[in-house]
Amino acid sequence: MSEVSVTKDTAGAAEPLVVLDNVNKHFGALHVLQDIDLTIAKGEVVVVIGPSGSGKSTLCRTINRLETIDSGTITVDGKPLPAEGRQLAKLRADVGMVFQSFNLFAHKTVLENVTLGQIKVRRTPKAEAEKRARELLDRVGVGNQADKYPAQLSGGQQQRVAIARALAMGPKVMLFDEPTSALDPEMINEVLEVMQQLASEGMTMVVVTHEMGFARSAANRVVFMADGRIVEEATPDQFFSNPRSDRAKDFLSKILQH
Amino acid sequence: MNVLLDNFALFREGFLGTISLTATSAVLALVLGVVIAGFRVSPVPPLRAFGAAWVTLLRNTPLVLLFLIAFFIVPMVLFPGMSTYLLGVLALGFYTSAFVCEAVRSGINTVAVGQAEAARSLGMTFGQTLSLIVLPQATRTVVAPMSSIMIALTKNSAIAGAFSVTELFGVQKDLSDMGYNIMVVFMWVALAYLVITFTISGLFRLLERRLEVAR
Repeated sequence: MSEVSVTKDTAGAAEPLVVLDNVNKHFGALHVLQDIDLTIAKGEVVVVIGPSGSGKSTLCRTINRLETIDSGTITVDGKPLPAEGRQLAKLRADVGMVFQSFNLFAHKTVLENVTLGQIKVRRTPKAEAEKRARELLDRVGVGNQADKYPAQLSGGQQQRVAIARALAMGPKVMLFDEPTSALDPEMINEVLEVMQQLASEGMTMVVVTHEMGFARSAANRVVFMADGRIVEEATPDQFFSNPRSDRAKDFLSKILQH
Repeated sequence: MNVLLDNFALFREGFLGTISLTATSAVLALVLGVVIAGFRVSPVPPLRAFGAAWVTLLRNTPLVLLFLIAFFIVPMVLFPGMSTYLLGVLALGFYTSAFVCEAVRSGINTVAVGQAEAARSLGMTFGQTLSLIVLPQATRTVVAPMSSIMIALTKNSAIAGAFSVTELFGVQKDLSDMGYNIMVVFMWVALAYLVITFTISGLFRLLERRLEVAR
């Protein structure tokens, strides 16, 4: 396998928001993240793709410290990730996260899911939090489901609520950990459309996905990972039309076959 | 034959004594049990160790031994002159808290990890995550074992009678001293316990049904 030297052509002069420097992580004997260097600029949409087991989900989860790292540093908006505790909780409030399995609070209504963080973490007054929640729910197209419980919604609706829940905190950056992988095919687009809109509004996003269409149309940069390493970084056009590494060529040939 | 009617005041006193003893110890056990369960799943190692030690110590000690400690050592070292009622509550409450803790912990483990991860990623602290997200969802699983624990507590409270706390089982001794037929007395005492335990299991069944609807 050849590895191509990584060029950071799109990061440019923009202000860096999330910086991973020489990050390493092991799961037992498995070296799941190997010397990861990645800088995400403010307003940038970075799509992380790669075969399963390549460490891309783990990478995404280290950014808000749902996974700890063994060595290296991660800084968000200039501040290194603190250890578990109040400081970390404060930082996490600024980093929105959307999970593969939605993880909506099952015992709370849709509206409560979106207001809870605002009220308990941001200390926003209830009325204001509800107003903002309803606006966000309307924006992601589930405003009429506000009083239902998550289990009464379709997967696509649940994931859009989860996006609204994260946005309600006013995050600086949004992390998407395979947001469409647990969805029925006909529901994938409704979620991608919301994400696309978010990207066009200038939200800083890190998106782990298998949706190549989304990567092509919304990403500023594609990061290709394999076996715990970043193998290639490029603009979507460059990456999809002319991948430089053999590993990426191999990956693309497999997924574009059908 | 009229043991019950002739000594109704005595029975009533014992009956109310058992209810009060059980209820107070139950509150103590629930509060302690939930807090210790929180310790056991907390990210702070010393708290986890304390929780584990608490459960191991109290769950594996015979209750009678705890009563002996509560009645003979605690007043000597800590609180001289504490009422026998309170000492009984302490022994029963501490003992039962270990079982409550384990029931709550098993409930916590049934809540999907993603729920806590979502809460943490919103910026909630450990305490908020536990009290707002995890424990409310654990409740439904915990109700059934909790019912058994509370029934066991009711019956365990009989031991307090031997330590001169006024309660139902102690009535039996007073009456047999007075020369009544012990078999008949036992029957009435057993019936009185059944009234309490059936009420408890009924209440918990109701609670279980309520929580089911809430989904």
